[in-house]
Amino acid sequence: MSDIMLKTENLGITFGGLKAAQDVNIEIKKKQLYGLIGPNGAGKTTIFNLLTGVYKPTAGKFYLDGEELTGKNQEAINRKGIARTFQNIRLFNNMTVVRNVMVGLHNNPEFKCNPFVSAFRLPRHFKVEKAMRERAKELLRIFGLEDERNSLACNLPYGKQRKLEIARALATNPKLLLLDEPAAGMNPQETEELMDTIRFINKEFDLTILLIEHDMKLVGGICEELTVLNFGKVLAEGETKEVLNNPEVIKAYIGD
Amino acid sequence: MITLIDGLSLGSIYALIALGYTMVYGIAKMLNFAHGDIIMVGAYAIMVTLAATVSPIAAIVAAIVICTILGILVEKLAYKPLRGASPLAVLITAIGVSYFLQGLAQLVFGSQPKPVGSAWKLPAIEAINSLGITTAAAVTLVCGIIIMIALTLFINCTRTGSAMLAVSEDRGAAILMGVNVNKIISITFAIGSALAAFAGMFYLFQIPNTEPTLGAMPGITAFTAAVIGGIGSIPGAMVGGVLLGVIEKFCLASPLAPYTVAIKFSLLILILLVKPTGLLGKVVREKV
Amino acid sequence: MGKINIKIKPKHLVNYSIVLVMLLIGVVMLETGNLRPSIAQLFTQIGYSIILAVSLNFVVGFLGELSLGHAGFMCVGAYIGGLSAVMLKQALGASAKLPVLVIAMLIGGLSAAVFGFVIGLPSLRLKGDYLAIVTLAFGEIVRNVFMNQKIFGGARGLTTGSLTYDTRRAPTLFIVTFIVALVMLIIIQNIVRSKHGRAITAIRDNEIAAKAMGINVTFYKLFVFIVAAFFAGCAGVIYAHTTTPVLYTFFSYNYSIEILVMVVLGGMGSITGSIFSAMFITIVNFMLQSQLSGDLASLRNLIYAVILIVVVVFSNAPALKSFREKYSLGALFAKLFRGKLSDPAKRKDDEAKWDRVPTKIKMDALLSTDLNVDYTPARPEDLNGGKEGK
Repeated sequence: MSDIMLKTENLGITFGGLKAAQDVNIEIKKKQLYGLIGPNGAGKTTIFNLLTGVYKPTAGKFYLDGEELTGKNQEAINRKGIARTFQNIRLFNNMTVVRNVMVGLHNNPEFKCNPFVSAFRLPRHFKVEKAMRERAKELLRIFGLEDERNSLACNLPYGKQRKLEIARALATNPKLLLLDEPAAGMNPQETEELMDTIRFINKEFDLTILLIEHDMKLVGGICEELTVLNFGKVLAEGETKEVLNNPEVIKAYIGD
Repeated sequence: MITLIDGLSLGSIYALIALGYTMVYGIAKMLNFAHGDIIMVGAYAIMVTLAATVSPIAAIVAAIVICTILGILVEKLAYKPLRGASPLAVLITAIGVSYFLQGLAQLVFGSQPKPVGSAWKLPAIEAINSLGITTAAAVTLVCGIIIMIALTLFINCTRTGSAMLAVSEDRGAAILMGVNVNKIISITFAIGSALAAFAGMFYLFQIPNTEPTLGAMPGITAFTAAVIGGIGSIPGAMVGGVLLGVIEKFCLASPLAPYTVAIKFSLLILILLVKPTGLLGKVVREKV
Repeated sequence: MGKINIKIKPKHLVNYSIVLVMLLIGVVMLETGNLRPSIAQLFTQIGYSIILAVSLNFVVGFLGELSLGHAGFMCVGAYIGGLSAVMLKQALGASAKLPVLVIAMLIGGLSAAVFGFVIGLPSLRLKGDYLAIVTLAFGEIVRNVFMNQKIFGGARGLTTGSLTYDTRRAPTLFIVTFIVALVMLIIIQNIVRSKHGRAITAIRDNEIAAKAMGINVTFYKLFVFIVAAFFAGCAGVIYAHTTTPVLYTFFSYNYSIEILVMVVLGGMGSITGSIFSAMFITIVNFMLQSQLSGDLASLRNLIYAVILIVVVVFSNAPALKSFREKYSLGALFAKLFRGKLSDPAKRKDDEAKWDRVPTKIKMDALLSTDLNVDYTPARPEDLNGGKEGK
């Protein structure tokens, strides 16, 4: 087995005539913390949508851990091991925090239980429910959300909603976690905490993480390598420090 | 040929109703389920005024005024409080309004069909009638076309019209540009309801009886027409309405007549599944 | 093996006991000879109304898709189940009343379930208003097709006179009806309180996120439609045993809306609410029918209409939010049982709110241009957040 977790080959998509992304080649090593940055409208979220099957690429391919996933639907891709969070938080607002995480655990083979078993409450149902709840609580503990586990997701403060979204994505037991602006709307202290948490799950779960972020402190602080997008194309890639000092990149952000 | 003319004339009734659906949908982003029942109210208004004044002109004017006021009233009382609430809630309320109007008509006028009265009659026009085309069909067709042209001109050539287009395009941006969205929505409901009154009038030319459920079937059929044409699209509603009228008349003239309802609705389901945006609608993606 | 916890949570016990109590009252009245046939008929009607309301609530309240074709499923059950009952009765003889009913109910329910599968398919592509209209159209198509089949009696309706289950001495159909209602409650409530129920409510709350969590949305949508249609079909078979002829006019979308009124009045997503409002509306219908005759009966429609509008506007209008929090039934209950129940932090996991009105119900893509579709951002920065995506 190679040590490449995600590999995209000339990935691209066009909407009508608009080339939202083209010829994107990214290679992410296993257990790496990788950043995807670029000015607004550069096509970062589009890349996430391609990788999670929300959009089908019109060009190119991508591989997860050597397996081609191009063209698969969202559910299948998630089960193959890519989980994500959303730029505009998408929690299950009318469900409690713990249940949000339990939805993430739904496809875990340990918690298999068909609808018939549940409908008639056979012993396996109780066993599975209990085990799921325990696992969900463990995950919530990592994010410090244990005490809020029974409040509704929509009643959480903003920063905690972001954390819950990560916990929920983690619950699907992914190989690759995509974080879409995890620090958006957080204050510096919350961002600091978030960086610690991301580092922690990266180590603890042997997880590869690809994140989109505008907060350069966060990017510079935790990402090992970066790809910079501009107008749907790769502008630069490489080690974080080099990329951030690349004059091309600075120009793209600040303008001429 | 006669079936075609009949179909076109029925189609222009559908088109008028479908215009109401499509305009309201485009601007208020809601399915006004009660739209069909406005037609019914218009028909009763004609019947009552006719009984009182014996003047068809007065009856038509009364129907238009009453329907317009009713349309605005319904919007203010039932739909406006729900602006920003879930679309499902709005739809259920609209169903409630539809039920309310039907129940009220039944309570006041009884559930049996009532004749409009003998004053409601179009003069015979020899030149057309000798071809086998009824005056009603001809008048409906001609008036329908005139009304649709007038509406198109109104929307494309007046300030209010362009404000309506702006609101349907992007409500947020329209607000920022200083468009009074509440006013525009009220105007939309008013126009839609006035069109429904016209539809009620033409309907009575064809079948001179009123009943509380008169509007339900044409209403749903016209909604189908609006969807077929692409909901939110004004030319689409016209094309869809005419198309559906022709199809219906040809179905009724064929051995498949008992299945006309099934055919109409199957068409609706088919179009929604294959091309949910209709013939002339445009694609909008959901943001992720 | 760990200790297995088989406590039945009180809230769900309540639902079972409401039905059980009614069953008991009926049986006691029957045994003491006080059960008039008309009252027995009322019990049966309450029973199948509960079945219809709760199964529709499963679709509307839990899956979050509006179905206006529930009467269509009932129609399928009544016609196909009714016809097979008539045929079975000829084959098995008049004495085999119960077996005939049970087999017919399975046949009617299963054929309705097939239709449920068919109508579930559009729900994979369509949402909100469009899906509602498709379900409505489906109900009308079903009616129109059955009306034109000679084997089902054509426009005169399916004669089911020979099926009369209730006799003057022993009107016992209501017993079977309540037992079916109990079975349905067990199945739907247990599903709702399991991982599958979580998946279903997740789809309701945010379909895109549910897909991203690997939830098989196709499976669950079809599953919900099939289960709901099955029970509506069963209700149809029961109906065919109470009325002759089974006439297509009964299953118009007006009846679908009547069922929807029960669901809305009881609260979308609240099973207890659906049970109570099904009882309430059926009893009101019954009383009005015997009190008001002719056109005054339309008062009923007016009452429904007012209920629909008032309840929905009250519980959904954004402007009434603070008023709602103070004076809603939920808040009143919370005041009554101050302490354990009202404090969300002390709430047990299983007692978490199932009974909230869904806020999602995303319309078709057209609506995504609307300003407040999904949630209100907690911070102003987030308003700019949505700009970039496609």
